[in-house]
Amino acid sequence: MGNTLTIKSVSKFRGDIQVLQDVDLVIAPGERLALLGHNGAGKSTLIKAILGLTPVHQGSIQICGAAPGSAEARRTTAFLPESVSFHPALTGREQLTLFARLSGAGADVAGLLDRVGLSDALDRRIGTYSKGMRQRLGLAQVLLGRPKLALLDEPTSGLDPISRQDLYAIIDELAAQGTAILIASHALTEVEARTDRIAILRNGVKVADDTLAALSRAADLPTRLRITAQSDQIEQLTAQIGGRRINGAALEITCSADQKMAELRRIAAMGDAIVDISMTPPRLEDLYRHFSKEDSR
Amino acid sequence: MMIPRALSIAQSEMLILRRNRWLFMATLIMVLFALALTFAGSAPTGSLGVDMLTISVASMTTLSVYLAPLLALMMSFDAISGDLDRGSLSLLLSYPPSRTEILVGKFLAQLAALSFAMIVGFGTAGALATWSGGSGPESLLALARLIATSILLGAVFLSLGYMVSALAGSSTAAAGMSAALWLIFVVLFDLGLLGAVVMDQSGYFTQTIFPWLMVANPADAFRVWNIAASDAVALSSGMTGAASALPGWAAPGSLLLWPIIGLTLARIAFGRVEP
Repeated sequence: MGNTLTIKSVSKFRGDIQVLQDVDLVIAPGERLALLGHNGAGKSTLIKAILGLTPVHQGSIQICGAAPGSAEARRTTAFLPESVSFHPALTGREQLTLFARLSGAGADVAGLLDRVGLSDALDRRIGTYSKGMRQRLGLAQVLLGRPKLALLDEPTSGLDPISRQDLYAIIDELAAQGTAILIASHALTEVEARTDRIAILRNGVKVADDTLAALSRAADLPTRLRITAQSDQIEQLTAQIGGRRINGAALEITCSADQKMAELRRIAAMGDAIVDISMTPPRLEDLYRHFSKEDSR
Repeated sequence: MMIPRALSIAQSEMLILRRNRWLFMATLIMVLFALALTFAGSAPTGSLGVDMLTISVASMTTLSVYLAPLLALMMSFDAISGDLDRGSLSLLLSYPPSRTEILVGKFLAQLAALSFAMIVGFGTAGALATWSGGSGPESLLALARLIATSILLGAVFLSLGYMVSALAGSSTAAAGMSAALWLIFVVLFDLGLLGAVVMDQSGYFTQTIFPWLMVANPADAFRVWNIAASDAVALSSGMTGAASALPGWAAPGSLLLWPIIGLTLARIAFGRVEP
């Protein structure tokens, strides 16, 4: 079984600006890929190119062997646009029924709406829905007809934390049934534990593409220590410890994993001048920043 | 597969037109205007020697030139830009239906709504005139012609509305462009022609080019068709000259061709939309 999505050295220009540059990307069946990047990094453009909504100028994209935008590709692909809305005059059930008919899949519309937690709002007009409810409705249409590829653009935007848990539970179910999933996001902390692989786009260039563990090793990022001091002693402490002042009462130092305990002992020895210490191991955000910066050098 | 998917879209659009009371409002407007013109226009019946419905068809023809394009544009201007604004256009386009199917689906629903409003509105006028004894076979035929041509005229401006909606990029811009479109086709075009005729002083332009230019505009073709086809309507509307200078097929040809031109332009414009 080959990859569900295969992108080979895709480039795209918008006027003189190159919005995608030699991007390669594959997603296997059942794999969950997080596509990270700033606004304007090319995530949405890449998704639109996969959907065949915008042409690419070089390279090729294949969805289960089919060209983007072809009838075959459209049948196998599900899509959740960023902060989508629907016609306010229709009810959730009517909107989803339309999508079911258009997709050609006989679907249990009420069941799907129940699955995303909209069973109470089934016959209410979408105009009365909150942003989170509209997002859930958008998610319900992704589940129509067992897609082979699901493209989710900022799926967590507008969702409260509990809804996010539900969302990732649904994504896991999709993956378990063999759907290849691409999640474009800048909600870094959430995709961390919820995806199999992470790709980072920066100015249209893919700067990283690996598992979180492998990326952490490659980046070898330092742990950060944030030290809060008595406000009248911060000057003196900064001179002693070094590091970077955060505000009137705190400073931050970075150290590699093996120096961490030595640093902690040194700071603890300073006694009452220290009010608090917090320690942050390298996280996705740091990785993201690391790989984003690397390119600009 | 193509037709059922277009019909699914049409069904959903129809639901929207009913929900947001568009269907009701359009029908109400047509009924009120038709009734007002039937009663207000019934005064000169005796002096012209035609029946009540003929007079009212003549007034309603003049009214429909303005109203049919207006209602059509108001229905269609956000057909594509509305979905674009809501962010649901990219989603719709990721589904199997082609852009042609989406366009056809919306067109079918909105044309059905417009037809309903026209038939009920003008039909009410006809029924009322018949009930009060002011109609005959000829005037009923003229009424049927008015309804059919009003629907065709509506179809033209629905399709032009889709074109504008696709070109505009947002509903706000589409609304502005629709207003401009209406003004050009319904008001400014005629004013321009009138000015040219006055300048020309019955020269070559007035004799030869002017009738063709006039009938090239769907709104004028609508007027000419309705007037040329019925002597009584022509008499009561006081417009005979220009219509008689053209072959009989010119106005119907123009009005039948325009929806096809409009839909083709709309499809091309829609094809260029990148959601």
